[in-house]
Amino acid sequence: MPLENKHIYTVSQVTQEIKVIFENTFGNGVWVEGEVSDFKPHWSGHFYFTLKDSSALLGAVMFVRANRELKFKLQNGMKVICFGKIGVYGPHGKYQIIVEKIEPKGIGARQLAFEQLKEKLLKEGLFETSHKKPLPFMPFRIGIVTSGAGAAICDILGILQKDAPYLDVVIRSVRVQGELAAEEIAQGIEDLNQFNKVDLIIISRGGGSTEDLWAFNEEAVARAVYASQLPTISAVGHQINISLCDLVADCFVETPTAAAKIIVDKKNALLAQLESLKQEAGFSVNDTISLLKNNLIALAHAIKSPLDRLQEKEQVLDELFSGLNHNMRQFMSITRERIAALIHRLDALSPLAVLSRGYSLSVLVADGSVMKDADRLRRGDKVKTILSTGSFISSVEEVMPNERKTVV
Amino acid sequence: MREKQSFEEDLKRLQKIVEELSSGKLTLGESLKKYEEGIKLAESCSKELQGVERKVELLMKKDGKFALEKFAAEEEK
Repeated sequence: MPLENKHIYTVSQVTQEIKVIFENTFGNGVWVEGEVSDFKPHWSGHFYFTLKDSSALLGAVMFVRANRELKFKLQNGMKVICFGKIGVYGPHGKYQIIVEKIEPKGIGARQLAFEQLKEKLLKEGLFETSHKKPLPFMPFRIGIVTSGAGAAICDILGILQKDAPYLDVVIRSVRVQGELAAEEIAQGIEDLNQFNKVDLIIISRGGGSTEDLWAFNEEAVARAVYASQLPTISAVGHQINISLCDLVADCFVETPTAAAKIIVDKKNALLAQLESLKQEAGFSVNDTISLLKNNLIALAHAIKSPLDRLQEKEQVLDELFSGLNHNMRQFMSITRERIAALIHRLDALSPLAVLSRGYSLSVLVADGSVMKDADRLRRGDKVKTILSTGSFISSVEEVMPNERKTVV
Repeated sequence: MREKQSFEEDLKRLQKIVEELSSGKLTLGESLKKYEEGIKLAESCSKELQGVERKVELLMKKDGKFALEKFAAEEEK
């Protein structure tokens, strides 16, 4: 075949194609088991090593961001299980695993399965806090899924007998270890839900080895706990190891005893609340009574006898009366003054005052009219002349109507 | 044993009574009546939690039917 008809890649293109193939095949990451060799921690904190088995090598890098979480020391010769993506490093023409998680192989395939299951359930949302139900505010009847012959039931019943003996207990006795345990535990949770006469379920087992407690890491148990309509408390073992049952349950504690104590604590808190409500009610009633008492005293002050009212009115009357007297006296004195003034003015206008200066007043005797015009007089008319002191009557001898007003 | 439901209802009722009492809006007669009711509720609830009669039973399932049996280990005590 002529060369021109072939598709020719550049090195970069080939590398790019390989990257795509790896991406498609291992894009979600892979679990790889092998032995650590050529382990080199770089000064930057990244780990470089090789994974090998009897017939192959796989370069590995674990960046500092991932290896910070590592709980154990990585050493050459150690059998490990790594999780990571397969990447292609173009500049060296090498592919390698970019390790995200690493575990010593000693724990076994079970641990690996556990990690895989845990991841799966996490993705499905079984551990979501939003799914967790609140514990009942006061349980009166609890269900316990555990072995009827185990230490856990003794611990729980012991505490409850001592501190919450009002509580009824329904035990669903199941195997808590061995091959059938997980199925039985899951069935027990389901049964108590169906029975539906308990307020919450405690899933419990006493301490033991990781192997002993393994049933509580099985998918069936995790799913049964997740499906439970009743609130669940997981109390498995005496270890810090967290089981899948713990992660899914609404609440988890480290020991069976601690599970019983949750209920005792709730009871004690509730008793204290009842006591304080009782006290509060008492205080409120006392407040009401003392308030009413004060109102009563105020009202008693407000009420007056009819005699008091009469005396009050008399006093008002007295005040009005003395006011009236005072006004009257004042009015009269003002009036007196005004009269005196008027008399004085009258004096000034009196004709008598003119007479005292030598003038006189003539009155026609016949009709009493004051004479101002000579024309009106006739000879023989009698005229009365008033002087400053006394008067006299005379007869008219002659009338001179046109004579001027001059002193004769 | 009393139902959990009625216990919760009693407690809610008690809380409501205390609220009403502290509002100061009740007449003396009403106050005393409510107070009496409240104290009765509080005492019956407390008594409930201080009871000592408990049952410990085993849940058995036969042919899909549930049955309760005495818990043997408890009897031995």
